[in-house]
Amino acid sequence: MHQPEKEKLIHKFTSRGTQILLDINSGTVFEIDAVTDAVLDQYCRRSKAEIIAYYKDKYAAAEVDEAWEEIADWERQGLLFTTDVLADTYNPAGEPVVKALCLHVAHDCNLRCRYCFADAGEYMGKREIMPPAVAKAAIDFVLTSSHGRKYIEVDFFGGEPLLNLGVVKDTVAYARALAGDHGKEFRFTLTTNAVLLTEAVRNYLRENNISVVLSLDGRPEVNDRTRVFPGGQGSYATILPNIRAMIELLNNEGYYVRGTYTRWNADFTNDVVHLADLGFKHISVEPVVADSAAPYALTSDLLPALEREYDRLTDIYLERFAAGTPFNFFHFNINTDNGPCLPKRLTGCGAGYEYLAVTPTGDLYPCHQFVGRTEYRMGSVFTGIERPELSRTFRQAHIYSKPQCRECWARFFCSGGCHANAVAFGGDLLIPYELACALEKKRVECALYIDVRKRATAGNK
Amino acid sequence: MKKHIRLVSSQGLQKNIADRGCGECQTSCQSACKTSCTVGNQVCQKQ
Repeated sequence: MHQPEKEKLIHKFTSRGTQILLDINSGTVFEIDAVTDAVLDQYCRRSKAEIIAYYKDKYAAAEVDEAWEEIADWERQGLLFTTDVLADTYNPAGEPVVKALCLHVAHDCNLRCRYCFADAGEYMGKREIMPPAVAKAAIDFVLTSSHGRKYIEVDFFGGEPLLNLGVVKDTVAYARALAGDHGKEFRFTLTTNAVLLTEAVRNYLRENNISVVLSLDGRPEVNDRTRVFPGGQGSYATILPNIRAMIELLNNEGYYVRGTYTRWNADFTNDVVHLADLGFKHISVEPVVADSAAPYALTSDLLPALEREYDRLTDIYLERFAAGTPFNFFHFNINTDNGPCLPKRLTGCGAGYEYLAVTPTGDLYPCHQFVGRTEYRMGSVFTGIERPELSRTFRQAHIYSKPQCRECWARFFCSGGCHANAVAFGGDLLIPYELACALEKKRVECALYIDVRKRATAGNK
Repeated sequence: MKKHIRLVSSQGLQKNIADRGCGECQTSCQSACKTSCTVGNQVCQKQ
């Protein structure tokens, strides 16, 4: 009577003493007690009578009976042990609908961050600035390639996009002038190291409703070990006033302060707290992606410490929430009743078929991490997608195509992980990067726990 | 009222799939993260 396949339909875990049950395929979240936890361990293996007997020295028969009946009732209601309707049939087809672009307006930078994906800003000696004609061609391309989609997202990236502010301004104006005629709406983001984030630039970004991602790693000594000027000096003292002024101008909304944590600050909660104490409401601090040989790389031996660190951050997050001084931490956001639909959750970022990166010369790549790897060049903004088969390959890299993901309880929150990580570490688009998986699962458990606590607090009011 | 199991939230992921998948929601890499995508924190544009 053991039903191992049925056992895989749920995930239960304990976070800070709270026992949580997730019905994986429906996304339903429950809070359970100890006897339910015990019954669930046996539910797919034994009958109710056998389970009562199994626990006779630990739990009263009436308690076990009650818990069993509640489980069975949720199952009858279709909220527990639900099955996955798409697992064996999902086959996304059709031509790519590209609705998001990452514009590398500058392959150049005024910092030399040690972990930078782009050779610490040196771009392997080949620095370039995107000319206006390429940026406009990129907008023309996405207006067509987005087909019937209304919302188009453009992220100004690099290198450092403020090194080419003129093209940023031209592009925004051009896109918005054309949007109405095409039935589109553009949403812009700009990611910056904030070195050149002067008052004039801040005003421009705010007035043009451009969301900003502001790079700052946390404590000054942490930031200044990684985010350095070409001469090696730290950038904290330069960028902090600019970031503070930007956030004040934005009334503390419409941005993220984005830090990267490395082996050098495995106690990254202290950096999150530092950012929160500076008054920054919207914070994201994320693990570095690096070759394991790099001195700042995160390696699997650090995993237990990093998991404890996410628990510590969870505690502080909830303390501040309860105290009326909350902050938003990107990876603790979760939508358990209004989140994306099932189709959206099957592939993560959409790189390669929904989201493309554009180099200064107009070449198209699946995302910024693949730029420069010519075997992944997809085409150009002038000629369109020249390798539709590559786009199909990315489109088919969904969770059902990845053996590890098919069985993973977190698959509908994670959506299969970062493609660039998979290729870099596993050498295969269909093999997610294990360390990233472990961290993702820990973060999702923390986020689910926080959601349970917040709803309990709201329910008590 | 259940005594041992409390329903916290539900979103019926497996229901009404034919009507879903419009693609208008934010591409998650466009927000803060560039390498640690979490689709689960996105919001449905339709709702």
